[in-house]
Amino acid sequence: MADIVLDKVTKKYPDGTTAVHSVDLEIADGEFIILVGPSGCGKSTTLNMIAGLEDITSGELRIGGDRVNDKAPKDRDIAMVFQSYALYPNMSVRENMAFPLKLAKLPKAEIERKVDEAAKVLELTDYLDRKPANLSGGQRQRVAMGRAIVRNPKAFLMDEPLSNLDAKLRVQMRTQVSRLQKQLGTTTVYVTHDQTEAMTLGDRVVVMRAGYVQQVGDPQTLYDNPVNLFVAGFIGSPSMNFLPATVEAGKLRTPVGDLPIGSRLQRMLAAGDVPRQLVLGVRPEHFEDAALIDDAQRAKGFEFTAPVDLVESMGSDKYVFFTIEGGAAAAADLEDLAADAGGVDLPHDAANLVTRMSAESRVKERTTAKVWMNLDKIQLFDPQNGRNVTLREGQAAGVSAG
Amino acid sequence: MAAIDTRPAAKVKWGLLDLIVVVFALVPVLWIMSLSFKTTATLTDGNFIPRDWTFDNYKLIFQTDQFVRALINSIGIALISTVIAVVLGTMAAYAISRLDFPGKTLLVGVSLLIAMFPQVSLVTPLFNIERNTGLFDTWAGLILPYITFALPLAIYTLSAFFKQIPWDLEKAAKMDGATQGEAFRKVIAPLAAPGVFTTAILVFIFCWNDFLFAISLTSTERSRTVPVALSFFTGASQFEDPTGAISAAAVVITIPIILFVLFFQRRIVAGLTSGAVKG
Repeated sequence: MADIVLDKVTKKYPDGTTAVHSVDLEIADGEFIILVGPSGCGKSTTLNMIAGLEDITSGELRIGGDRVNDKAPKDRDIAMVFQSYALYPNMSVRENMAFPLKLAKLPKAEIERKVDEAAKVLELTDYLDRKPANLSGGQRQRVAMGRAIVRNPKAFLMDEPLSNLDAKLRVQMRTQVSRLQKQLGTTTVYVTHDQTEAMTLGDRVVVMRAGYVQQVGDPQTLYDNPVNLFVAGFIGSPSMNFLPATVEAGKLRTPVGDLPIGSRLQRMLAAGDVPRQLVLGVRPEHFEDAALIDDAQRAKGFEFTAPVDLVESMGSDKYVFFTIEGGAAAAADLEDLAADAGGVDLPHDAANLVTRMSAESRVKERTTAKVWMNLDKIQLFDPQNGRNVTLREGQAAGVSAG
Repeated sequence: MAAIDTRPAAKVKWGLLDLIVVVFALVPVLWIMSLSFKTTATLTDGNFIPRDWTFDNYKLIFQTDQFVRALINSIGIALISTVIAVVLGTMAAYAISRLDFPGKTLLVGVSLLIAMFPQVSLVTPLFNIERNTGLFDTWAGLILPYITFALPLAIYTLSAFFKQIPWDLEKAAKMDGATQGEAFRKVIAPLAAPGVFTTAILVFIFCWNDFLFAISLTSTERSRTVPVALSFFTGASQFEDPTGAISAAAVVITIPIILFVLFFQRRIVAGLTSGAVKG
């Protein structure tokens, strides 16, 4: 067990591309930290540098206080679970799990005891003599975990360990991984591109993009108070809605209507801190069917009408989709996000608005609905650099805050 | 991929085609076996199955020191060449498939060049070199050119095998506490074994069958290999037709190849790496 410190760690390849830009990160002992981001964001490279599988170009990596930059993976005492599992096909499950212990030259009896113990934890006792080829995906995944935990290493590194499992098994294993980590209390660095995994598993989440750390924080903070447009759009499912917004005549002009501007934002505008062209972000749950809103709440929000595209009833709530004409927000960050999501191309200049409404809502498809939007939860972003301008001391303040 | 046609008509069609291929390949072998069992008198009677069975031809070739000595030379030279070529080839192929070192393309290019080079154009220079260095008519004089020409073959076959082995396995071994050497010995080498055996068979057959170098670079029984010794067969007396003896010798020298293939075939288990990674 140990803490891991990344001090301005940078990875530059010989061809001149920089995969990771000066990452600073302090991972506490026993912490479960998630590196998340779209593919090519440098999360796996960062993990491989911690593992020792890739050299660190500059900066310092300390595990348990010792500088390990130049140490071989085997001298760092950390275990890794690979996306492909990387089980040794010529060895049985037992031999696979015993391999690291054998290399460490432990006595036979102790190896046996440790393997049996790990097998019991992972429910693999019945499969110990099978070859990996005769195991299901979930079992192979557990063997890979078993090979990591038998050693009691200082830290676990996991590189998208669940991404090869089918959806149902993935959810099941997610819980198991989480429980196992709590039980063992071993520092864990977990890489994933799946924001749901990131939100549910981690003590803290590191959002990365193009080699830069965007934001580090606990899942709720990232969700409620994203520092920029990228984090806002990446975290959350369904993701945040973005609309263009322009400051005009003391109002915020948006495709759904003119919103009031609070005195705080007025001051920032006057000081020139905030451009007049902005991107407005609202999460789906901050909308509601206007018919279900009481008067006290009505005052805190803004109402507009829009044609309903589609209603998806989840039982507990309803997802209602609207098309807003003239509603496509433009920013470089949003294009990146769309590319990552596989980009469902909307007709130009129209935005898809996703809202989550109560199950009691009577909104119907192909009608027009009156929608209430919570003004306190609105976030505004600078389209140039993506900065969240509504953040005050790290807290999102909404558009109408004084 | 289209499903395999299992209708009876298709089975018959493919069965016939297979039969033709097998017959085409086996008739010459069977013919030479038949010749080797015939007596000198019935040699040219045109019968496929000998009417007059005899083991005289086999007795004869093993009585001549010439053949036995050549057999020993062949086995020794082919085995030594195979072992050295496969060991060097394994290391070179591993480096080529895993590492990015300066001059890698050059190395691959040069080895390809060697494989493509017409051997006959090298015989004369090699003959002169070997005479001047005293390698002429020695085992080493044959082993060296064999290794030279077998190495490209070995490197190509083996690097294809190494490339199939997921790199993650090696990383996993390193994370599990293995050194580079241990990772290679305990994880990669066992998985590459089928490739190593396949290469060994190919290289062995190449060395075993060679006639060109063997006839040019040897002059006495000291290092003459079987294919060359066969061409020097004269029969028991100068006037006797050596056809029967040559056939018998040809059958005898096929046996080590068959044994070699049968022995290693069991180790060439396809799909040995299945289950390593999700695939």
